[in-house]
Amino acid sequence: MHNRHTLSVLVENKPGVLTRIAGMFARRAYNIHSLAVGPTDDPRLSRLTLVVGTEAVQLEQITKQLNKLVHVLKIVELDPEESVEREMQLIKVAADPVTRSQVIELADVFRAKIVDVAHDAITIEVAGSPAKLEAMAELLEPFGIRELVRSGTIALARGSRSITDGSKVRMQRVV
Amino acid sequence: MEITGAQAVMRSLEALGVDTVFGYPGGAILPAYDPLIDADLNHVLVRHEQGAIHMAEGYAQATGRVGVCIVTSGPAATNLVTGLADAYMDSVPVLAITGQVASTAIGSDAFQEADVTGITMPITKHNELVSSPERVADAIKEAYHVARTGRPGPVLVDIPKDILNATVTWEWDERVDLPGYRPTVRGHGKMIREALELIAEAERPVIYAGGGLVRAGAGDELFSFATRLRLPVVTTLMARGVFPDTHELAVGMPGMHGHYAAVRAFQETDLLVTLGARFDDRVTGKLSAFAPHARVIHVDVDPAEIGKNRVVDVPIVGDVKVVLGQLNRVLEDRQDKGTFEKLLPDTTTWRAYLDELKRAHPLRVDQPEIGVLKPQTAIAAVYDHWGDEAVYVAGVGQHQMWASQLIPYTRGGQWVNSGGLGTMGFAVPAAIGAKVGVGRETPVVAIDGDGCFQMTFQELATAVQHDIPVVFCVVNNGFLGMVRQWQHLFYDDRLSQVALPQDLPDLMKIADAYGIPGFRVERVEDLDTVLAKARAIDDRPVLIEFRVHPDEMVFPMVPAGASNDEILESVEEWRARAAQA
Repeated sequence: MHNRHTLSVLVENKPGVLTRIAGMFARRAYNIHSLAVGPTDDPRLSRLTLVVGTEAVQLEQITKQLNKLVHVLKIVELDPEESVEREMQLIKVAADPVTRSQVIELADVFRAKIVDVAHDAITIEVAGSPAKLEAMAELLEPFGIRELVRSGTIALARGSRSITDGSKVRMQRVV
Repeated sequence: MEITGAQAVMRSLEALGVDTVFGYPGGAILPAYDPLIDADLNHVLVRHEQGAIHMAEGYAQATGRVGVCIVTSGPAATNLVTGLADAYMDSVPVLAITGQVASTAIGSDAFQEADVTGITMPITKHNELVSSPERVADAIKEAYHVARTGRPGPVLVDIPKDILNATVTWEWDERVDLPGYRPTVRGHGKMIREALELIAEAERPVIYAGGGLVRAGAGDELFSFATRLRLPVVTTLMARGVFPDTHELAVGMPGMHGHYAAVRAFQETDLLVTLGARFDDRVTGKLSAFAPHARVIHVDVDPAEIGKNRVVDVPIVGDVKVVLGQLNRVLEDRQDKGTFEKLLPDTTTWRAYLDELKRAHPLRVDQPEIGVLKPQTAIAAVYDHWGDEAVYVAGVGQHQMWASQLIPYTRGGQWVNSGGLGTMGFAVPAAIGAKVGVGRETPVVAIDGDGCFQMTFQELATAVQHDIPVVFCVVNNGFLGMVRQWQHLFYDDRLSQVALPQDLPDLMKIADAYGIPGFRVERVEDLDTVLAKARAIDDRPVLIEFRVHPDEMVFPMVPAGASNDEILESVEEWRARAAQA
């Protein structure tokens, strides 16, 4: 079993940047467990959170190859002990008037939110660690999961440091 | 000043100092071909877009400058794919400009539309689909910059037709704004010191010189470094000539068809001083058995190469020319202070041993004095006639290996070939590009095979039309020689689809058809007379065909996947080993 590593990648917000990253992983036969991408506080930049399952030697190759992409600005590996990781999950569970209260009770235990109710189903929104989301899905399984969707992991390091610290935009000269 | 996007393309190329573009016009790039008429650029009209990019590669490999090609959208751009992949593998600085359908038509499956940036993403160092007329100049400037700096490579700029036609205010700023692209140039001081310490302690050190030295133009720095420390030098296929083969410290080429002494040097060394090389499988053979006693110093401008295939003791990320300069500076300093001896390893016994290996294990040709010509004899004779001043360009296969083994190269860029990708058909266009780059005074000799030649010989027309006097040699054995060699050795001599009739086509008629002098040599006794005649012509392209014995095989050989310890020097040795097994 490979180890799970979380990489936070700061990229220029340019067309095709996600394709470049996904393509590099495919071409070099690396596995991506999960990928989440979105804008940052700076409109010129996007931030990706990549979860990869790999050994240390390959992780080094992955970060080096990522760094070679012209639009990649910075890569930080997030230590699970020193960072906050979250995923979001939406689950549509079968719930008739008899089981509905049990489902709601379970949702409360996980601090999940009921976001939609139909006469025979409930949709629940929950955020948390991958382990928490899996535990919840497992407990809801007996009621009948109609559908489930889960986001990629997003993560930030704990403390006050920022990924953008020290990475000033610089100009280079053509000789 | 208001100009069109197309004019901005031309002005950008001029501003960057580009002198030649290899290209082929067509629909989407048409707007660029109009201002080209007035631009201060030499345009070489090719016969196939693959020819354009291989010419750009040949130009870049021979001169160290960025090779530029320009073609239209769709099929023209997809015809660049092989050359881009080739340039990517061999780190050749190439700028490819492609036309694209109008931005309003992108995604509509328009005529001659192809997702060129998508297709070429994994085989370019970088690419860009230009999104506005204001981006044209910056896109080309950045592409040029990325192509030639750091680890060089191909960069493609795809420009929609409406953007070429649009007007834009011309502005040229020399600066490049690429916050995510900052190659490390200087080596880390601590690593430099550690490298010198390891070398000083070594008993059997050897320099593993790779193509990065050629790209960096680091021949002089390498020479100074190797000769000061008296380190034997092995030059890979991509580095041939960057250290002169004629020097006593030169050990030859490593790898699958390397010189015996060079292959043994790696297997027995206790320190690999790796400079701009990448532990390619054709060099290492079975990786776990490669250089089993060696500690490793690895200098490379691409950090991803360090530790990719081989664990490294002293990693140095930096431009190999700059790093060698840093190393030499320390050596000079120590010489001044009189403490140089402490850094000098005692390699006397080791060098004597390698010299003895070189003497005892030469390449074997066994050419009878009269009768059927052997390919090795033909290639060696080409060198005898064109000599050290010429640039040699090869295709891929047996003739390439012989040309690499048999010719003593003395400078980087003197040997141009397709190493990583192994692109058949490379020689004819690459030689044309190289000749454009090196100019009138330096002869350029293509050494090609009959299989390779038939893939790209349409470019003879380009050489004739543009008056590019390349010497095209075809070593014609009537077979795909290297494939045949493998079928002979590893598939029980069951030859499958490797015969190319020697007369088909008649190459002398091909020469005739293109209006160039053609020479054919069939017998060894005619070799020198015919080559002397061909050598006398230096103002036109020349085609020389060598009809050679088809049974010759390239040795030494390390079978694919085998340890370098299993190197074979002759077919007899192979048969004896096969009989034992």
